[in-house]
Amino acid sequence: MTADLSVKLGSLALPNPLIAASGCFGYGVEYEQVVDLSSLGAIVSKGLFMKERQGHAPPRVVETPAGMINAIGLQGIGVHRFVKEKLPLLRKAGARTFVNVCGTTLDEYVEVTKVLSQAEGVAAIELNISCPNIKEGGIQFGCSLNGTYDVVHAVKKATHLPVIPKLTPNVTDVASFARAAEDAGADAVSLVNTFLAMAIDVETRRPKISNVMGGLSGPAIRPIAVRMVWDCYQLVKIPIIGMGGIVDARDATEFMLAGATAVQIGTQNFVDPFVWSKVLEGMADYLARHKIARVSDLIGTFDTTPIKHEPAHH
Amino acid sequence: MPPVDVDAPVIANARLSRDYSVLSLAAPEVGRRTRPGQFVMVKPVGVTDPLLRRPFSVFEVLRNGAGDVTGVSILNKRAGRSTSKLYDLEPGDLVSCLGPLGVPFTAVRPPREGWMVAGGVGLAPFATLAESLAEAGAPTTLFYGARTAGELFYLDLFERLGVRLVLSTEDGGRGVKGRVTAPLEAGLKAVGSSGTMVYACGPEPMLEAVARLAARYDQPSQVSVERVMGCGLGGCYSCVVPVRHGDEHANLVRSCISGPVFDGAELVWE
Repeated sequence: MTADLSVKLGSLALPNPLIAASGCFGYGVEYEQVVDLSSLGAIVSKGLFMKERQGHAPPRVVETPAGMINAIGLQGIGVHRFVKEKLPLLRKAGARTFVNVCGTTLDEYVEVTKVLSQAEGVAAIELNISCPNIKEGGIQFGCSLNGTYDVVHAVKKATHLPVIPKLTPNVTDVASFARAAEDAGADAVSLVNTFLAMAIDVETRRPKISNVMGGLSGPAIRPIAVRMVWDCYQLVKIPIIGMGGIVDARDATEFMLAGATAVQIGTQNFVDPFVWSKVLEGMADYLARHKIARVSDLIGTFDTTPIKHEPAHH
Repeated sequence: MPPVDVDAPVIANARLSRDYSVLSLAAPEVGRRTRPGQFVMVKPVGVTDPLLRRPFSVFEVLRNGAGDVTGVSILNKRAGRSTSKLYDLEPGDLVSCLGPLGVPFTAVRPPREGWMVAGGVGLAPFATLAESLAEAGAPTTLFYGARTAGELFYLDLFERLGVRLVLSTEDGGRGVKGRVTAPLEAGLKAVGSSGTMVYACGPEPMLEAVARLAARYDQPSQVSVERVMGCGLGGCYSCVVPVRHGDEHANLVRSCISGPVFDGAELVWE
């Protein structure tokens, strides 16, 4: 039995549920030399504004237990250069490209989306309303229910492409934000972005990264992210793209059981750029062992009944 | 050549001192592809804390008696948890080794000379560069500075390649007392009409001083920088350095794919 790994995100059909997370895969073309981009379910570009951005001064990254804190500051080439320089290469490589759209104002989100809607080779818009590392825009929409509704609604009106807001975990109840996005017409939601975090060098009493605070990612956040995906799955009907510290097939499966239709891998791609085929093989093996025909049959099938005894193999 | 990723067995881990070791890895495909100045991203297999790999210049491309490439070595200096774990590895342990990565040094052609300036662990990329320069027939000098005489390593390797050695130690235990930039400046004052290319690797203040000295004496330089690096492939934008081309304003560029070797005149020092 060959496992069917395909999934559907609304109208979007993906050959498998693995998506390269924004900010962890450059513009995709950087990885062409090590990965067949068409073999991924999709890739998400680095976040793009209308104009180029320099980002924050280094140091931008520090490792923490089972994770890392980053404050890159959305360094990027701007949407026009992306369309001109990167998109043709991604099309040629057969990548299904989601573009992570940023804005300092609601109008900028709409404008960037319009540019991408007229370009050839964009499969979906991922709305970045959750980056913790820039002062203006982004998170101010993502941390307000009305702001989330307004930006999703405005962007939906401006494009024929599927719109997928990426949610921040730095709120009291992420599921209510998923609901606001759904009410505004979002085609799916992706979660979670990084957790706002900080690390101090105790010898110098200085911050370990120049921006002082940054976003925590990696296996350290995985159990919280799984819980948040499950929370959202209870409340919304639109597909969920789950992410947060996925390292292997078992982790990816866990997110799907909690309600994710697809998953993104970010930090682990830094550790192992060959992670994709390993996770896919592991998921196919899982489906075979459990005699499940389609990976989509896993979505949300988490059974909350407590187990009576700790299994002997634990 | 695209990089490859292998779980490479440790062939040997020669402790040179309490802090330094040379870790030899059975990664022939990485070795065959490596050009001088390129780097590998490594961490012990199975270690998840620290999570990320660490960048190391390839020190030697290893060969067997028949001349076949058998792997690469890295020069490791124990400074934190990752480098301590690498220092403690034993033969047979496995190391994830992704490479080669990055922009290599450009070798000069004779009669132009190749001057390599190394500070401490910054010696790493110069063994392979010295080989390349020797093959090209360029006269070569290594300006090599360390804290103490005990931390000047592999001098015989460079002597065998016909490299002229100019040594300095901070405590004056061997060679010139003080920083390596002092004998470099003396050399630059007397540089011949055929000119030299100054290659540098070491602590950032040394790199800045070397790049400025080379510029002052109208000699080109190639500088290998080291930054905190997340992925080594251009994905994370952690390792940026400010670079200026001509009269443009400085841009932050990724040292993993636009470097680690840069034209010293284009780096902007903070």
